[in-house]
Amino acid sequence: MNKTLTPPRPTRTGHVRPRGTLAWRAHGDRLSFLLRPRTLLVCLSLLLIGALTLAVSVSVGDYEIPLSAVPSALLGFGERLDVFFVQGVRLPRALTAIGVGAALGVAGAVFQSLSRNALGSPDIIGFTSGAATGAVLAILVLGAGRLAVSLGAITGGLLTAALVYLLAMKNGVQGYRLVLVGIGASAMLASVRDYLMTRADLTDAMGAQIWMIGSLNGRGWAEVTAVWIAFALLAPPLLAVGRRLRLMELGDDTAQGLGVSIQSTQIIALTTASALTGAAIAVAGPIGFVALAAPQLARRLTRTGGATLVGSACMGATLLLLADLVALRALAPTQLPVGVVTAVIGGGYLIWLLYTEWRDGRA
Amino acid sequence: MTENARLSGQDLTLAYDQRVISRELAVTIPDNSFTVIVGPNACGKSTLLRALSRTLKPAQGNVLLDGQVIGSYPAKEVARRLGLLPQTSIAPDGIGVADLVARGRFPHQSFLRQWSAQDEAVVTQAMEATGVSALADRSVDELSGGQRQRVWLAMVLAQQTPLLLLDEPTTYLDIAHQMDMLDLCADLHAEQGHTLVAVLHDLNHACRYATHLIVMREGAIVAEGDPATIVTADLVEKVFGLPVRVIADPETHTPMIVPLDRRGVRRHHD
Amino acid sequence: MALRAPTPTRPTLSGRLIRPLGLLIALGTLAMCVLLSLTVGSKPIPVTDVWAALTAPNGTYDHEVIRTLRLPRTIIGVFVGAALGMAGALMQALTRNPLAEPGILGVNSGAAAAVVIAVFLFGATGTGLVWPAFLGAAIAAVAVYALGSRGRAAATPVRLALAGTALAALLQGLIHGVVVLNDFVFDRIRFWQVGSLTGRDLDLFWQVAPFLIVGIALTLALGPSLNTIALGDDLAATLGARLPLVRAGTAVAVILLCGAATAAAGPIWFVGLIIPHVARTITGPDQRWMLPYAAVLGAILLTAADTIGRVILPGSELEVGIITALVGAPLFIALVRSKRMAQL
Repeated sequence: MNKTLTPPRPTRTGHVRPRGTLAWRAHGDRLSFLLRPRTLLVCLSLLLIGALTLAVSVSVGDYEIPLSAVPSALLGFGERLDVFFVQGVRLPRALTAIGVGAALGVAGAVFQSLSRNALGSPDIIGFTSGAATGAVLAILVLGAGRLAVSLGAITGGLLTAALVYLLAMKNGVQGYRLVLVGIGASAMLASVRDYLMTRADLTDAMGAQIWMIGSLNGRGWAEVTAVWIAFALLAPPLLAVGRRLRLMELGDDTAQGLGVSIQSTQIIALTTASALTGAAIAVAGPIGFVALAAPQLARRLTRTGGATLVGSACMGATLLLLADLVALRALAPTQLPVGVVTAVIGGGYLIWLLYTEWRDGRA
Repeated sequence: MTENARLSGQDLTLAYDQRVISRELAVTIPDNSFTVIVGPNACGKSTLLRALSRTLKPAQGNVLLDGQVIGSYPAKEVARRLGLLPQTSIAPDGIGVADLVARGRFPHQSFLRQWSAQDEAVVTQAMEATGVSALADRSVDELSGGQRQRVWLAMVLAQQTPLLLLDEPTTYLDIAHQMDMLDLCADLHAEQGHTLVAVLHDLNHACRYATHLIVMREGAIVAEGDPATIVTADLVEKVFGLPVRVIADPETHTPMIVPLDRRGVRRHHD
Repeated sequence: MALRAPTPTRPTLSGRLIRPLGLLIALGTLAMCVLLSLTVGSKPIPVTDVWAALTAPNGTYDHEVIRTLRLPRTIIGVFVGAALGMAGALMQALTRNPLAEPGILGVNSGAAAAVVIAVFLFGATGTGLVWPAFLGAAIAAVAVYALGSRGRAAATPVRLALAGTALAALLQGLIHGVVVLNDFVFDRIRFWQVGSLTGRDLDLFWQVAPFLIVGIALTLALGPSLNTIALGDDLAATLGARLPLVRAGTAVAVILLCGAATAAAGPIWFVGLIIPHVARTITGPDQRWMLPYAAVLGAILLTAADTIGRVILPGSELEVGIITALVGAPLFIALVRSKRMAQL
């Protein structure tokens, strides 16, 4: 194999590559890739932080398991209680967090890229609000079980997102119109939920409320399987259209000029990202702001123009894992729903984002 | 000649939603020409360019590229033959110059072949041709309007297409950068044999650079041909509603339009 | 910022008469709504009995219903509606932003967060929620406006809506954090969070009345100055408007009106958004007329919505806040889609 890994260009006179990239080629030119060491480094660091968080998540709790005992418990040896907590409770919960976080991160990056707007996440365009309303309807009106609640959430989310998208369409979908229509629709749905909450008895209403916030409490291997299968099925098509999405950030006309078929890309990306969001919500409830913050953070760290799907996935997974650890331990022994933590972090982050962008005089 | 031209439109009806801009338009872009489309505001010149570049689907009629309906090609195939510099493009926050130019290689790449040696060579050439090599590591945000437009042109050049369509490439540029840009286009045409189609605002620029001029008014083509033969005072008055004199450009001897002094006042230096 | 001159109004006789006449008609409509609000309910009470209950109460059940239930909620409805209508009009004038509205700008979530804290920390109930709601609304309004108007560019519609959404998200997180830990707080907040006039008594009204009345008076006094502000800051300054003073006055009026309204009735969405638009189509851009119209129309909307809510569902009441949200959100979206916002 004659691969060449050319070092960064020493002088101006040589060949030009996008900054901060390395070319990797093999088999002549039949295989060639542009590597971004910085992106790679960011993803690896995130994975490392994620792994550390995972280890901590598995070991700490009201029943402490020393880190040294964790590996054996993972493999099924060690004390019976250790094995029970690690394999039966903490590991599936953490793996659910990773799957849900990665799904939300990728979906958020796709939504933001499509609307060319840092705020075009499923939270703002009504998907989350619709899912919450669908679930509350299922819980309080139909008295549905877990599966039906998840179905209600997915239905509500997809319907709302489709409706918001259609309403925002007028000579094409314009980013900010989408955001404002989403805010209006969310306000209306919130009042429907408020109404339902006042008509239910306290226990049911509380159950619905916790579901609405989004939580990983009590998630087991069934949820892990569901969200990881969904991710495994839905992420590859998104990665496949990833390059097209990045070109579409240059404007529809430019992208079309470069040979991107806009409509089919939009349809593939929208339906797949919606399905991915739906899967995440079905498993953990509408956890807010991971989809908004993860792609933005990833972008800033990797310093790429435009969204990075892989980086957003790593960031989303690590963020949610960390947030869940905080939710578990902040008020121990009481477990907070993780959505509380992400909303506070996400809302704060959004305020900071707006604050700095507007201070610098950007739109 | 019409049958052999690589890019042409037949019986085109162009419309946005229900608003019809042009009806039954026939247009041929002569091969190896620098064709410029001019006309007053809202005459449909950009609409025609959009139809030729397949960003607008005609309500009726066909645009033919190399003898086939342009919509029947795969999207990437068209992009290997015809490049487009639209009026508005968006540079994502923080994108680097070389990164942006490199995106022009998309039609030549595939999933397993994302950055061949040829890609790298072509991007380098395109940046040299437009004089932006020195900016390679800068962010597009930091550039001036003139530099930015050159970078976008480099991106389109990196596409390596025999046909290049430019929609008002000089808008927002000051006079020096306008001339820079047009000189660059003329060089591309003369030295590298590209067929260029540009929409321009300024009639004098059009006359100076075009080898083939298409004059439009209210969605229809009023005149086309060599600027030296078709641009007359009558034509300009008919199209723009402005009485003018046409004189020879003292530099290039192409037609030059000088509006008449309608107020009848001769201002003297005092 | 582009100058937007108010469309010239022709000083014809009919033109001069139409606005006072329209206001009279609106006031008449309001009187009708008030009367309906007093007579309509789960138990209809004839007008003659209503009159008797107000002038010569005899202590019967019907009279008690009128005096202790329907009269207070009607009065509060009128004032809250007027306050929200005016507050919306003021915000839209101050920010030159057709989408400005107390709810969108985070006032409701500010009040909700403060109420949650008050219930959680002090076990506050009933009229004890008035002050926290007032304070929370005021702080949120100031914070959102400050965030939205940072930097060189003005506070655009999008910016304020985003700032409001961001703050609301943060506060919602805090609220959720508290309510999942505490059933009692959750139970209170879920009822408070639905804006409603149910069960409001006159004591509550007297608590917020001073703020409402000062706010309304201040608003009416600001009308002429706001007319000049509509021309753009630079031109307003050359016309002699004292911008900082007008701004501060408007901000104080908004806080008084929003805070008092939210304290009295809980969060009510979209009244502050729709009413100024309706008023403007009748009066044109002259704030001196627009503001009184906004007050009267707001009062009409709220009392009418409250009355409808009492009879629309057999056997139960639909809160006024729900009705305004269900009616208001589609109008908001229609507005976003409309021509005037096309350049967004």
